[in-house]
Amino acid sequence: MTSTTQAAEASSPPATSLQGKPRPGDRNFAATALGAGIFILVILAAVTAFLLIQGVPGMLADPADAPTTLGQSANFWDYVWPLAFGTIWASILALLFAVPLSIGIALFISHYAHRSLASVLGYIIDLLAAVPSVVYGLWGSTVFAKAVVPIYAWLNANLGWIPLFGGQVSVTGRTILTAAMVLAVMVLPIITAICREVFLQTPKLHEEAALALGATRWEMIRMAVLPFARPGIISGAMLGLGRALGETMAVAMVLSATGVVTIQLLTSTNPSTIPANIALKFGEAGYGLNVNVLIGTGLVLFVVTFGVNALARWIVSRRSEFSGAN
Amino acid sequence: MTVETRTKPISTSLTAGKLPRWTTPALLAGALVVCTVLLGPENFAGGIALGAVVYLIGIVTLSGIVEGRRKATDRFVTSLVVAAFLIATIPLVSVSWTALSLGLPRLDVAFFTQSMAGIIGEGGGALHAIVGTLLITLAATLISVPIGLMTSIYLVEYGRGPLARAITFFVDVMTGIPSIVAGLFAYSLFSMVFGSGHRSGISGAVALSVLMIPVVVRSSEEMLRIVPNELREASYALGVPKWLTIVKVVLPTSIAGIMTGIVLAIARVIGETAPLLLTAGYIANMNYNLFDGRMTTLPLFVFTTYKNSGGTDVADLDRAWTGALVLILIVLALNLIARLIARYFAPKKPGR
Repeated sequence: MTSTTQAAEASSPPATSLQGKPRPGDRNFAATALGAGIFILVILAAVTAFLLIQGVPGMLADPADAPTTLGQSANFWDYVWPLAFGTIWASILALLFAVPLSIGIALFISHYAHRSLASVLGYIIDLLAAVPSVVYGLWGSTVFAKAVVPIYAWLNANLGWIPLFGGQVSVTGRTILTAAMVLAVMVLPIITAICREVFLQTPKLHEEAALALGATRWEMIRMAVLPFARPGIISGAMLGLGRALGETMAVAMVLSATGVVTIQLLTSTNPSTIPANIALKFGEAGYGLNVNVLIGTGLVLFVVTFGVNALARWIVSRRSEFSGAN
Repeated sequence: MTVETRTKPISTSLTAGKLPRWTTPALLAGALVVCTVLLGPENFAGGIALGAVVYLIGIVTLSGIVEGRRKATDRFVTSLVVAAFLIATIPLVSVSWTALSLGLPRLDVAFFTQSMAGIIGEGGGALHAIVGTLLITLAATLISVPIGLMTSIYLVEYGRGPLARAITFFVDVMTGIPSIVAGLFAYSLFSMVFGSGHRSGISGAVALSVLMIPVVVRSSEEMLRIVPNELREASYALGVPKWLTIVKVVLPTSIAGIMTGIVLAIARVIGETAPLLLTAGYIANMNYNLFDGRMTTLPLFVFTTYKNSGGTDVADLDRAWTGALVLILIVLALNLIARLIARYFAPKKPGR
């Protein structure tokens, strides 16, 4: 600082504001950062807008204008209902397998396994998430579906009086139950990661107090860990549900779908799911309003997953900082 | 007051009323051996499963008799928890084993040097798919990283109030966008601009960016937040402008974590199939131009060859599994790289 400015400052009255001179670098950088943030909002608005622009004509389409998709249906809602049913049915079945398993795995890593092993075991579960969905699809349709055929036959023969296991059993094994189990494997890592995180956040004093009162390890978990972790488990399951609803390739490759609405798990006539249906029909739907119909089903899927995820975020935000992205 | 007479002698040992330590392994081994032998080698998996059930019943009964109901429940849950973990490893082992055993035969030079142009039956390769995957993923990374990184800088360094909260919320929402919806978005966007049925590599890259940006934002945000405030304050005290503080102090401190997050984001989108099916499409020839015509990627190569095989054609199935194996190896390599970056480029911990 030169002596002239010092003299000027000394003679001038005290500055009323601490605000410095704005620097162009600062301004530009802040504007760029703000612009990037706003751009994300623009992208999301664009996703919604383009789906609406392209999807709504499909939702209002006359079946005659969209023969390859709406050919068998009276209108769009008649077409999307079995698909929506299949999507939700497969996802719920997947959660029925994945949630108990995930809680078990997360407990194993957080409270049962030796401390030095825990991070390695966590890494093994994370590897499950690293396998691309197309590989699960390939594995599910060529290996897993064949492996479950005898189990399905046994279930059908012995428990066939339960409607779930009734009907003509599939010989390929490519049923909605198989697809749901593959989906379960795919959503396992995300649910496990969140459960593990909350289990580890249980106050140590609660756990030690339970053990000091003579509780066994399970009693400690039931009384201290699980009540504390309940919101985390619920939101983990919801995030897993969101993932399962949108999963495409595994279902498209594993399931042999006929587009019926049925709760029978073991037959070769299965409901399809919205994403799998888009993936399989998109190539042949290249003219007329067919593509718009498919985009319309995509819009339905978007709305459903948005609702599920927003609910999960809301539950989790009351507790702590979790996200599917970390 | 009368003194009660004890019916049981007082045991002086501390281990009284407990099963000996060798009970668990001995019972487990016994149950497994007996059941696998009983069901024969052709039904090995069934034998293991039955053995596990027999062990479970056995240990709970024994423990219930010797140790009491509470301890028996504890042992029951312990067995279930361990079983849950073992069940989860089955698909991992099965997928890796199948990919290795079915993918290795075609993991030859031709697979990496040829495209599928004019190939009928055996032979051919996935060079076009590997090139396409690299180009599209590179383009998606170039789009996502600046936007994602600048957004996270905004959220951590500048963002206050409702706008920052809105961005955080919508980034979370974006994380949950189904991949196929991202594909539909990119398809709608490009077909409205360039005409219906538009297919190109860049539209695939745009679809992948929609999936990648939120992942980059979240991971970078987390890394920027753990940069100690003392560093920023020290920089301000020296008269460094805010933007230079971010560029010269905050980013270099957190660069290892940010790079790790970016590599993990790449690993996550490189295996995406559904959005590329709708946008980049499939073609058997080489295509080096992102802006013109269909472009094959590795996941699409796996899907298409599998579909062409009809589940029976051996040449196609072999190609599909080799493609799957290469894809798994790429993703594993990326995960490994991310871990190495995190380990070797992490800022040195202050010696406290």
